Amino acid sequence: MSDDKNAVSRYTTGARINHWITAVSLILLALSGLSLFHPSLFLLTKLFGGGQMTRIIHPWIGVVLAVSFLGLFIRFVSLNFWNRDDTVWMKNLGKVINNQEEGLPELGKYNAGQKLVFWGQSILILLLFCSGIVLWDVYFFDYTSIEQKRVAALAHALCAIAAILIWIVHVYAAIWVKGTLRGMTRGSVSGGWAWKHHRKWFRQEVGKP
Amino acid sequence: MSVLQALDLRRRSASAVPPLPAGKPAAVEVAKLIDVSKCIGCKACQAACLEWNQLEQPIGFTDGTYNNPHDLTPTSFTVMRYAEHEESDNLEWLIRKDGCMHCADPGCLKACPSPGAIVQYTNGIVDFISENCIGCGYCVKGCPFNIPRISRVDSKAYKCTLCSDRVVVGEAPACAKACPTHAIVFGTKADMIKHAEARVADLKSRGFQKAGLYDPPGVGGTHVMYVLHHADRPSLYSGLPDDPHISRLVGVWKGVMKPVALAAIALAGAFGLMHYVAKGPNRVSENDERKADEYAHGKGA
Repeated sequence: MSDDKNAVSRYTTGARINHWITAVSLILLALSGLSLFHPSLFLLTKLFGGGQMTRIIHPWIGVVLAVSFLGLFIRFVSLNFWNRDDTVWMKNLGKVINNQEEGLPELGKYNAGQKLVFWGQSILILLLFCSGIVLWDVYFFDYTSIEQKRVAALAHALCAIAAILIWIVHVYAAIWVKGTLRGMTRGSVSGGWAWKHHRKWFRQEVGKP
Repeated sequence: MSVLQALDLRRRSASAVPPLPAGKPAAVEVAKLIDVSKCIGCKACQAACLEWNQLEQPIGFTDGTYNNPHDLTPTSFTVMRYAEHEESDNLEWLIRKDGCMHCADPGCLKACPSPGAIVQYTNGIVDFISENCIGCGYCVKGCPFNIPRISRVDSKAYKCTLCSDRVVVGEAPACAKACPTHAIVFGTKADMIKHAEARVADLKSRGFQKAGLYDPPGVGGTHVMYVLHHADRPSLYSGLPDDPHISRLVGVWKGVMKPVALAAIALAGAFGLMHYVAKGPNRVSENDERKADEYAHGKGA
């Protein structure tokens, strides 16, 4: 609970710090990764102190992200299991996109789109971590064959692009749906926001002593 | 190794090469021909390579074979590989000098993300430019022959330069100069093919019916070629690839995927912007706030 009387607490301080460590490391990973993915973006290596430094630093940021994301996963996994309302919501995705979500089922803390972001990033970050280890030659060169490294390189690039696309959806949703961002900055959302978007969760929160 | 000042480029990793100035012809393509049937396994080429390139291979240990060192290393750009092959009661000792093949279509250069870290000169030599190398190891994945080695000392990739610094001043590579049986010869690629044809004819006349030239078309031909007594089975020679080509995985990763991925990211961003422009933000109404308020107070009452 914060300044306004109807605010509903959505994220603890720990969850917010955890989220922003993940967010910053994901952005740094995307920039350094893209710089080595496409020649036109090689100039981004300058942000990290040059090509050699980018190559050295990228996997370590990856380790930070993996640990940090694991924290988010443990915090939120129980709230992200799929249910029947999510299927209904997905079938009405067109209405949602057109800002006409009236009449859709009341939702818990997360809607189907948020759950897909959660599971998509969970799977992709696991794959990125595993393929990244295979590509981390300084420590792990001797443990895999060159053919396995090729598979890892392609898989790492594909998963990274998919994760960046999901990240764009995630960020855009926070820009589009007003009142969302303060949940991750100040930790609370307005009562009206909770009523409109996550009514079932709102009822639970209000019911709490 | 950098002889950029004196040799024109055909390809440059992760960057474009401007065309040669008008009227300037491309250099004649060179090639090194290694006649395996003439090799006596003396390792003079290995020694000459270390000496010319001022390298030192740390003392290792023997694995009970003549292979020494066991494999290419960041300091051993070439190694002799010894294979024992039995065929119709004959024991053949197939000794192959391994090293960079200087492909016409180099997988290392295709895979390299660092502009100018790998170049191909118009004479066909593929060279690593250490100052631009970032040590990512993508060249290792791109190479169909498993040649580049990343140094543990400076995290840069190393391989045979085909003595580009000798070739530029009209000298043959150090290994060719040192070879006592002329198993290694160097010249224009056309001359080397002609030379190889005579050698193949000679081998055939002496019972090696499958003798032939190894100049694999899968990588566009190479600027290091072998004369093999068993050209139908290159893999007999310590795993020389039968039909080398750049891995399809690398082809996708370094080909179609690059523009498609960036286009997908750009489209996703554009879709977001257009959606916002067309549909506008999703706002909480006064009504929602009032209802939430009522519900909360109703509960509290």
